[in-house]
Amino acid sequence: MPKSMDDLLKAARGSRAWRSVFRSGPGFSKLHRAMVVQQNVFLHLFSVKARKRVLAFNVTWYLGALSAGTFAILVITGILLMLYYHPSAPQAYDDMKDLQFVVSSGVFLRNLHRWSAHAMVFLVFAHMFKVFYRGAYRGPREFNWVIGVFLMLGTLLLSYTGYLLPWDQLAFWAVTVGSNIASAVPLIGDKMRFLMLGGHQVNANALLRFYVLHCMILPLGLIVLIAIHFWRIRKDGGLYPGPEPKPVLIPSEAKNEAIQQ
Amino acid sequence: MSEDAKKPAEQEDSLNRRQFFVKLGVGSVAVAACGTVAFGYEFLSPNVLYEPSPLVNVGKADLYAPDSVTLDPQAGIFIVRAAEGFYALTAICTHLGCITAWKPELGIIACPCHGSKFNKDGTKIAGPAPRPLPRLKMWVSDEGDLMVDRSNIITGRELVRV
Repeated sequence: MPKSMDDLLKAARGSRAWRSVFRSGPGFSKLHRAMVVQQNVFLHLFSVKARKRVLAFNVTWYLGALSAGTFAILVITGILLMLYYHPSAPQAYDDMKDLQFVVSSGVFLRNLHRWSAHAMVFLVFAHMFKVFYRGAYRGPREFNWVIGVFLMLGTLLLSYTGYLLPWDQLAFWAVTVGSNIASAVPLIGDKMRFLMLGGHQVNANALLRFYVLHCMILPLGLIVLIAIHFWRIRKDGGLYPGPEPKPVLIPSEAKNEAIQQ
Repeated sequence: MSEDAKKPAEQEDSLNRRQFFVKLGVGSVAVAACGTVAFGYEFLSPNVLYEPSPLVNVGKADLYAPDSVTLDPQAGIFIVRAAEGFYALTAICTHLGCITAWKPELGIIACPCHGSKFNKDGTKIAGPAPRPLPRLKMWVSDEGDLMVDRSNIITGRELVRV
């Protein structure tokens, strides 16, 4: 008669179909659990084992994981918002207003996207400060710090490109001011601004270029960098456990006496 | 023995087949990369822009009261009618591109974004703007309308007399 849920699960995990997908098969030994992580295309970025001490809240405040979590929320809500948004100059503003007042749950998704974006910028900076003040950026993790700096720049660029998309006064002037800052670069500044906006002023071309950057180029770049960032945690010896305990030093006088005797 | 010793010396000054093909491959990829950069730059630079013309018709002279400063916010220019004649200034702040405004009560042009201030002849009173507001070429068309070319910055201080 009906077996317990555990038995059913156990049977399923032993089946051929399950084992063709998850090659590690049934069992809960330490080796088995390590294999589950090591043989999964997503999980294999991470270490199969971690010190219990470095998983405590106090060590990292989970800031890196929270940054990644807000990014996941932004990807999902962003894709949903794309279904109602046309990146064309007269319509973009109306679509944004439709999302607020006409689309079911539109205002919830838009606000979730907006607040998560603010939260992600905050969490990324908090993560960097935590890593910096703990000294976790030092060797052998210095390359991962550099990847992290590029992730921070990607986060800021995503914020900036997303800011234009509502196509309101705030967006227009923020991007006018920002693109004029870019044109202050010596020699190539004006050319950079021209390529960035696809013209001499913030208009339909600029909106489309910022849309493509915001929805395709920057997120794909960020996903690749995030994968490298996670993988390097494992390769660089796992999460930083904190400074080595200092060896107990013999005071120099006592040492000299010890040598004389 | 002597032949073995000779062989490496020969390889140093002449390419073997593998080295030749490696060089050829790296060279062609480098040429293709340069082509891709040029192609990408050309592709990203629009050849036709659907932007408003830099030429603006600002109407007849008698639209403007004597000794007045008038902002055309659409065109982003000031039409100034001084006692002796007209001149045009850009209204785009030289700091970061905001549209400045004429403050009649203070007799100055001020930028709402970062607080730059200018006299009505365009000279700078206070920053952060790095340069004065430039004057634009202005003339009277055959129909008697005042015309401004926003792409043509002039350095002289001549006035347009109507």
